[in-house]
Amino acid sequence: MRRVVITGQGTINALGHDVPTTLAAMREGKCGIGPLDLRDVDRLSVKIGAQVTGYDPEALFNRQQIALYDRFTQFTLIAAHQALDHSGLSFSGEAATRAGVVLGTAGGGVNTWDENYRTVYEEGKNRVHPFVVPKLMNNAAASHVSMEWNLKGPSFSVATACASSNHAMGLAFQLIRGGACDVMVTGGSEAMLSFGGVKAWEGLRVMSKDGCRPFSANRNGMVQGEGAAVFVFEEYGHAKKRGAEILAEVVGFAMTSDAADIVMPSKQGAGRAISGALKDARLNPEDICYINAHGTGTAANDKVECAAVADVFGHHADDLMISSTKSMHGHLIGGTGAVELLACIMALRDGVIAPTIGYDEPDPECALDVVPNEARTAKVSAVLSNAFAFGGLNAVLALKAAP
Amino acid sequence: MSESISERIIQIIAEQAVLEPSDVSPDKTLEDLGIDSLGLVESIFAIEEAFDIQVPFNANEPEKSDFDISSVAAIVAAVEKLVAEQHA
Repeated sequence: MRRVVITGQGTINALGHDVPTTLAAMREGKCGIGPLDLRDVDRLSVKIGAQVTGYDPEALFNRQQIALYDRFTQFTLIAAHQALDHSGLSFSGEAATRAGVVLGTAGGGVNTWDENYRTVYEEGKNRVHPFVVPKLMNNAAASHVSMEWNLKGPSFSVATACASSNHAMGLAFQLIRGGACDVMVTGGSEAMLSFGGVKAWEGLRVMSKDGCRPFSANRNGMVQGEGAAVFVFEEYGHAKKRGAEILAEVVGFAMTSDAADIVMPSKQGAGRAISGALKDARLNPEDICYINAHGTGTAANDKVECAAVADVFGHHADDLMISSTKSMHGHLIGGTGAVELLACIMALRDGVIAPTIGYDEPDPECALDVVPNEARTAKVSAVLSNAFAFGGLNAVLALKAAP
Repeated sequence: MSESISERIIQIIAEQAVLEPSDVSPDKTLEDLGIDSLGLVESIFAIEEAFDIQVPFNANEPEKSDFDISSVAAIVAAVEKLVAEQHA
């Protein structure tokens, strides 16, 4: 069977504008959540988020590019640039047709929708910029990546709410393993921190007004984040032949559907995705040392996720570590699984387990080792990354240390 | 005024539960009426719109909210208090 390895990674998120800064922040347990700086924030009841700060698009993109790139596309291109540079790959001829891009985003160009609705509804104008549609479409980021790096194979975007990135990366893995491609650029991006983006979430009354405290008894909801992470997935033989640095191996993926409720999670659906990923990876439950949790900090997710892990792992659930890095970078919705994969790779490569910060009080319904507040060192050979979306769509990836 | 607040809330809850207002007695809980977590959030939205008030409610910690949702009568009392406070 063809094996799949990761040979490049890049990111921009509230913890940093690149991978080393982000990983250093995770090691230190830094919190990227703060007061939101956006238009009409005084009309929001939720006023915190994990925003990308110190960001100047004009310094990175020219006027024509900015006219076409929504913030989520900008984030994607920044992260993709780092990942492709890291991998050392370029694509021409036959190799270009054997390479593609699949990216997750839940909302796509949310800022573009927001700004242009203001134009027509609030300002009453009857004309919008000609590039509104190509700027806001969910596949804009994937398409710009394909154009920038000449990727001519399978390319598309995946929208499964909070599981978008994991679904995207799982499909990239399967495309390479199945033989359709040799290289896939994959991950995800989200830029939903606009007035409309936050207002919509406020309505559901699941957001915290004061912080993200996954698994802690005093948790009171999720906090939105923004940014992107992008990876280069490559067929193992292809990477080995060119002497590429291998960051980790992707060994398994499973996706399931709860077929139950549009917002409430299901222990069975989540559990089937976790055990499915183990089976696909041919791993035993005891092989897993670390799980990057979905861990949103809502009452419902965290207890259901812990129950699912306890069900699948039995006694071993007490021996493994499970942390939610959303406590630091916020919930990047469709981009979240991609940023969280960075923590998985750090665990495998550097033996550093990113903590769950903001942890105040144990919750008997989340009685697992959630790596509270401080990073830990541990030798880790296999990990899982969980994502459980609204709509009951679950996607779990399994990774091992580089072969 | 109090009478109309109560009537209006019962209408909202009845509509959410797909029942006749006469079936929504004050001692009933939302659970008795078959209203789930999404139905609750939607009812609160309808109440905010109907009375032009802000209802403090976080679905993650309903027990900690000042807004008592333990029965139809409790909701009516809580809304009356909010209307008095916010329209003072």
